[in-house]
Amino acid sequence: MKIIVLVKHVPDAQFDRHLTGERYTTDRDESILSELDEYALEAALQLAEARGGSKAGNQVIALSMGPAGAVNAVKKSLQMGATEGVHLTDEALAGSDAAATSLALAAAVQRLGQDGPVDLIITGMASTDGETSLVPAQLAERLGLPQVTFASSLDVDGGRLVARRDADTTSETVEAPLPAVVSVTDQINEPRYPNFKGIIAAKRKSITTLSLADIGVDAAQVGHSGSWTTVANAEERPPRTAGTIITDEGDAGIKLVDFLAAQKLL
Amino acid sequence: MAKVLVFIDNPGTALKKSSLELLTLARTLGESVVALNGELHSDVSSTFAEYGVSTILRPSAQDLDDYLVAPKAAYLAAAAENTGATTVLLDNSPEGKEIAARLGIRLNAGVITDVVAVEADGTAHKSVLAGSYNTACKANTPVSVLTVKANNVVPEPAAAPGTPETVTVEVPAGSTAAAARITAREQKVASGRPDLTDARIVVAGGRGVDGDFGPVEELADALGAAVGASRAATDAGWISHDAQVGQTGKTVSPQLYISAGISGAIQQKAGMQTAKVIVAVNKDAESPVFEIADFGIVGDLFDVLPQATAEIKKRKG
Ligand SMILES: Cc1cc2nc3c(=O)[nH]c(=O)nc-3n(C[C@H](O)[C@H](O)[C@H](O)COP(=O)(O)OP(=O)(O)OC[C@H]3O[C@@H](n4cnc5c(N)ncnc54)[C@H](O)[C@@H]3O)c2cc1C
Repeated sequence: MKIIVLVKHVPDAQFDRHLTGERYTTDRDESILSELDEYALEAALQLAEARGGSKAGNQVIALSMGPAGAVNAVKKSLQMGATEGVHLTDEALAGSDAAATSLALAAAVQRLGQDGPVDLIITGMASTDGETSLVPAQLAERLGLPQVTFASSLDVDGGRLVARRDADTTSETVEAPLPAVVSVTDQINEPRYPNFKGIIAAKRKSITTLSLADIGVDAAQVGHSGSWTTVANAEERPPRTAGTIITDEGDAGIKLVDFLAAQKLL
Repeated sequence: MAKVLVFIDNPGTALKKSSLELLTLARTLGESVVALNGELHSDVSSTFAEYGVSTILRPSAQDLDDYLVAPKAAYLAAAAENTGATTVLLDNSPEGKEIAARLGIRLNAGVITDVVAVEADGTAHKSVLAGSYNTACKANTPVSVLTVKANNVVPEPAAAPGTPETVTVEVPAGSTAAAARITAREQKVASGRPDLTDARIVVAGGRGVDGDFGPVEELADALGAAVGASRAATDAGWISHDAQVGQTGKTVSPQLYISAGISGAIQQKAGMQTAKVIVAVNKDAESPVFEIADFGIVGDLFDVLPQATAEIKKRKG
């Protein structure tokens, strides 16, 4: 099987995150491989391993689009066990919205399909910076592929995939022919940590760098010029500050109700 | 007048509050047209009239529910093209966002998710980076597709009701070909409590409840609140995953959020920090949740919650 996993380099949520510049793009210093994409990578590795791993010709290609630093997301994926890495990078990509991002990623996937068909494209359920969840479905639409989003389990049998998705009131089983695009939730597995062997092995794996020219995309189709949405204004919300803190002396439940009554919340 | 297309999926016998909100919002932007999927019950039909809907579109195909989103997006794209709508409004559920995503590509239209307000010129407001920024965004394409969060518009019937006509829209042939098929669907049991995403009050429990959600549920019921949970609590299987609040769970924005036995990790805060008032009960005074609580109690939830519940019942008589 040939599986492409989309891995995004995102600002670490443990620190304050900021929008910068005239066009309010995300400040990408202190970025890491999105935690939600680790679940996608783990799902791909498990599918490949169940089929005999790389020795049996299974490929797990980690693909990241982003500035120079995004190569770190690819490197971490290789340490976890991806067989190859691809870094799509070009100045002109900066500031791409979901539509422009899906355009570039679709072209990159097509390019990677030139030397053998791609069976599956797996992504996380959302990026932890933009949080829109739009890209997986847009990528599927652009490639004319079925999409299964928010999968909480995933299995491939012959040329079909079977997945489970949970909504508020229902739980569904869905099936799609391959190739397909799948996004997975954090319920699907427990991502592995790179071990020492993985870290050493990653050093020998190749990372291919692709530019817009390599994937046949014109600079005007991506970045700010190719985006279909613009951020006109952004204001930082004042951070929440701590209020009154009390220690229970046997009557904190009553004090809590007093507080709710004072706030007219009863 | 500009046409605004509102997608309403399987309303059953009555429109949901979030659908009424979409219809109310649509009227502020132009002439409202509904693209319906599923049966059109007579009560729903009269609500459409009350809300000033000019046209009700229905798909030529009956089997859209057998597939994941792709055919619904194809139907909506056809509906938007037929009516010349310049704005499409959908709810902000995961499915609503996915339909919007595919629809955006089909219509060459910018998509904005998590919208809380829309100005007459189409500028949409939303918060990003887990509630740390409020932004104004705009689609710079002829058509814009917006998914709107519930509870940000007060539903209101139109000043003058309409007499909507019903029109069938041809679902493009082949739109199910590249779609995933739903082969089984299980209905989950309803809790009878308010819906978490649009509840006015949420009482949430974490690992600190140690397997016993009783005190959390009793306080929630005394307050008429929804029950939420941290991921640690849902992962432990103490409560359904649907109750999870946070980055990978639900985003809630209630008047009051009571956090009990939750440490307040960044991924949990991401889902609740836009609550108006936050109350935290936690044994450990060092828990990060106290950094954002308006009222914090350092104490054992098994003492504090039942006492509060009893006091509320006493005061309410
Ligand atoms: C990719 C990713 C996504 C995530 N998404 C989410 C998400 O959507 N939502 C979410 O919640 N988490 C999410 N998490 C997990 C998150 O990081 C935390 O692990 C989780 O929120 C911790 O839950 P908790 O506070 O209940 O448990 P803990 O961190 O174990 O805290 C339990 C707290 O209970 C207190 N306590 C114990 N007993 C009592 C008592 N009797 N009375 C009062 N207090 C008591 C303790 O002092 C402690 O502070 C995610 C993590 C990752 C990596």
